[in-house]
Amino acid sequence: MQLRINRLVKKICGLSLLFCLSAASISLASGSDAVANDTTAGHAEKGKLEPGKLILDHISDAHSWHLWGHTELPLPVIIYSKEKGLDIFSSGRFDHGHKTYNGYALDGKNIIAVNETEPVDVHHATKNEELTASLWDFSITKNTLSLMISVALLLWIFISVAKSYTLNKNKAPSGLQSLIEPVIIFIRDNVAKSIIGEKHYERYLPYLLTVFFFIWINNLLGLVPVFPGGANVTGNIAIPMILALITFTITTFSGNKHYWQHIFAMPGIPKWVLVILTPIEILGVFIKPFVLMVRLFANILAGHIVLLVFFFLIFIFGEASLTTGLITSVPALAFTVFINCLELLVGLLQAYVFTFLSALYFGMATAEGHHEEAH
Amino acid sequence: MLGILLADVATADLNAIAKAGAVIGAGIAALGAGVGIGRIGGSALESIARQPEAKGDIVGNMILAAALVEGVALGAVALGFIVGL
Repeated sequence: MQLRINRLVKKICGLSLLFCLSAASISLASGSDAVANDTTAGHAEKGKLEPGKLILDHISDAHSWHLWGHTELPLPVIIYSKEKGLDIFSSGRFDHGHKTYNGYALDGKNIIAVNETEPVDVHHATKNEELTASLWDFSITKNTLSLMISVALLLWIFISVAKSYTLNKNKAPSGLQSLIEPVIIFIRDNVAKSIIGEKHYERYLPYLLTVFFFIWINNLLGLVPVFPGGANVTGNIAIPMILALITFTITTFSGNKHYWQHIFAMPGIPKWVLVILTPIEILGVFIKPFVLMVRLFANILAGHIVLLVFFFLIFIFGEASLTTGLITSVPALAFTVFINCLELLVGLLQAYVFTFLSALYFGMATAEGHHEEAH
Repeated sequence: MLGILLADVATADLNAIAKAGAVIGAGIAALGAGVGIGRIGGSALESIARQPEAKGDIVGNMILAAALVEGVALGAVALGFIVGL
């Protein structure tokens, strides 16, 4: 039992690394969020307060990590273009988006190619459209760095838990083990075994455990306001997209004959109903992972936005006068703390729901057929 | 009559109308979430009243169903947010 959990925990580590790599490479997609905004991350100009833009700054990805006040942690820009090859430099060279560097400039959150090779002010630079379209942006952005931090945290927790199983052979669990073991047992018994069934659950258990702890830890880190937390990882569409994609791939590849038969030609249905049912079932194969992605993404993003809105109320009222700002700060902080606690619950719940639904899809894919019962 | 109305709409600020539509959509989604989760909570309370020993199971399933309903509603809210900005 202990050795099996040990091996399980090691598999969790391996899968976490895989997530980190694949999510980092797809966080290219995270660069192209809806609105291009000012890169003075989260600072209002003296005068007009723009809460909408500030909120977007806080929840989007960025090429530097804003720590406090005017301090930023500039992150490496790794960019590849066919003409110029690989270019690695610090995003500090962009001077908050005011300067170009080496033929690149920062436009909102995306890197664009410009025609001037000498560093000029970005307002004088002209965008090189075709070169921009062919750029490959592998930068370590805020989300990528946060992913690496959360994977390091996951690896640390699970490697030490695995080690304590080998050290504590045949003894009662202690320390971090006592915290992690009930959760693993809960997922194994109540989610994997009961949904997928005794025969097949072991194959999917490492993935289910990994996805549960990965989402949970990233949700929790997203609620911590200071570095190393505070990056909106699961609220960025790329990360839930990859997780849903992996669930979809595993479901598709583990589908047995009964699964595909139920989709394309459900037994016991008259032909004329099948004409309607089969397209719906085929759509369902794609819609189910898609909804999985949207559920996680929207829940976490909405939570972060609500949190930020309540907090920014103080500044919005502070625009009117200092006193109203100070007076608003008490209820606003109370609301913010309350919503933060709610988000702790939502973070855990969304991780559980994602895992539960993934297990459900795996169970449906590997379900043995029902035998007709003789009455 | 309809012509005057249409002409009025055509000259109005489409951006403002789009934002208004987005917020109204988000509000309707919140309505849907409220109705759904209210019904789930209501049936959960009724069944706990019927059989208090099953409270643990019922509450667990209630939370799960609420999360699923919330997922759909928040998807609509997120869409409204994206359109509105």
